[in-house]
Amino acid sequence: MVKKTVSRIYLSVIFLFLYFPILVLIILSFNDSKSRVAWGGFTGKWYLSMFRNTAIMNAFTTTIQITLIASILATIIGTLAAIGIQAMRRRGRAILLGATNIPLLNADIVTGISMMLLFVRFTKLGFSTVLIAHLTFDIPYVILNVLPKLNATSKSAYEAALDLGATPLYAFYKIVWPDILPGVFSGFLMAVTMSLDDFSITYFTKGAGVNTLSTMLYTELRKGIRPEMYALSTLLFGIALLLLLLMNFRSARKNDINN
Amino acid sequence: MTTKWKRQLLAGPYIIWMIGFILLPILMILFYGMTDSSGSFTLHHMIAIAEPIHRKALLLSLKLALICTGICLLLSYPLAMILNGMHLKRQSFVVFIFVLPMWMNFMLRILAWQLLLSNNGIFNTLLDSLGLPKLQLLNTPSAVVFGMVYDFLPFMILPIYNAMSRIGRDIIDAARDLGANSLQVFVKIILPLTVTGVLSGIVMVFVPALTSFVISDLLGGGKVLLIGNVIEQEFMQSMDWNMGSGLSIVLMGFVIASMAFMNVRGADGEGTAVW
Repeated sequence: MVKKTVSRIYLSVIFLFLYFPILVLIILSFNDSKSRVAWGGFTGKWYLSMFRNTAIMNAFTTTIQITLIASILATIIGTLAAIGIQAMRRRGRAILLGATNIPLLNADIVTGISMMLLFVRFTKLGFSTVLIAHLTFDIPYVILNVLPKLNATSKSAYEAALDLGATPLYAFYKIVWPDILPGVFSGFLMAVTMSLDDFSITYFTKGAGVNTLSTMLYTELRKGIRPEMYALSTLLFGIALLLLLLMNFRSARKNDINN
Repeated sequence: MTTKWKRQLLAGPYIIWMIGFILLPILMILFYGMTDSSGSFTLHHMIAIAEPIHRKALLLSLKLALICTGICLLLSYPLAMILNGMHLKRQSFVVFIFVLPMWMNFMLRILAWQLLLSNNGIFNTLLDSLGLPKLQLLNTPSAVVFGMVYDFLPFMILPIYNAMSRIGRDIIDAARDLGANSLQVFVKIILPLTVTGVLSGIVMVFVPALTSFVISDLLGGGKVLLIGNVIEQEFMQSMDWNMGSGLSIVLMGFVIASMAFMNVRGADGEGTAVW
């Protein structure tokens, strides 16, 4: 009984540590006063000025564009790569996977700087260099999510389909694809998460005038905190919560069906 | 045989991409770091890590990263045990709650702490109303550690929790049947079986903490200079790319060393997958 109470208290303390800062941001986003502690009445004006703020809105659009394009392309390239890697012999596979791990394990700041050094040699920094950089660190996540699923698919079912006259493409689509789809999907989601949250690599590979939410916030936060940012935090937290709830619901239902 | 060869070709676009945008950039950084502005070979920029300012920044980074990793480990291990003891389904809502903050933009999570720790923020107002003197919380190394722990805690919780949830109940029951008490079960079974999770958690927290420059910049207010800040300034302010690259090579060395030291096989990102 005591043990249970202690556990509960411990969970609550960590919970508070994680959510208190977010709660404060949410409350302040509706606060009519600019004070950080006093409540000056309810207002929605920070939300209005956030939507009117072109810097925030541009950064928002850029973030969505970069994230979606990079994640979709990374999913395609990464899934193809995983299929190719799986067909390779041990040695080639080990070398490729080793290289795949580099952007995952290396420090973000080093990855960002190294790509910047390359880009400025050949081109100007801008939207496309950020996109290339995001694609580069997104692909490994897709590969690492798809490869285990590929290894788990039944080889004999695929070969049986070929024996029964299916073309390799048709056999792949009918036999392998349904098995690896969850891996492809979670690879895509992982890529989205990484792209949305990235700061360091974007910071070094972006040119002047291009900003994602992270880099825009960095510049703004160095100048000082403005209440529109509370509104932005609340909005982004809401989106994250909604997306994760949806995903949770989806996988919970899938589990129910499987059982 | 030919179909196998054709299948391997599917990795072609990735291999080209990887050579172009992973390997080539690393070669560039090695090139810049080992040459001077006229392009002739020198180790000067790597040895420059021993200069007092750089050495101080590196030592402070190592110290803060160690403290941060230690705190994360101390907080996460009991948490993972409690969560695991609740016998939840793997993708349960409770686990979800503890990783959700990770999905809010990194910069906004720092903003939250900037807000709480500032001189007219909640903590100081609270101290003030209790009649206590205000504390300088923001712009100190402790604020930086706070921010790091807040940002990287989920990276420690997840691998440990995942390792723990994989331990079969049968093993623990068997140990119990054979007369082991709770402490023995913990020391002989739970601890050894979660070591890989702990190690990959340590790497996943230590490396970003060691190399971070944003947290120290925003919560340290320019007063806490970490090696990441030094490198960032070499590139963005002093425009001394050779020096910046040289120091980056040293930093990369530390990252590789810390991974070799832990020899983690589990740190391939599997620990972070929650769906």
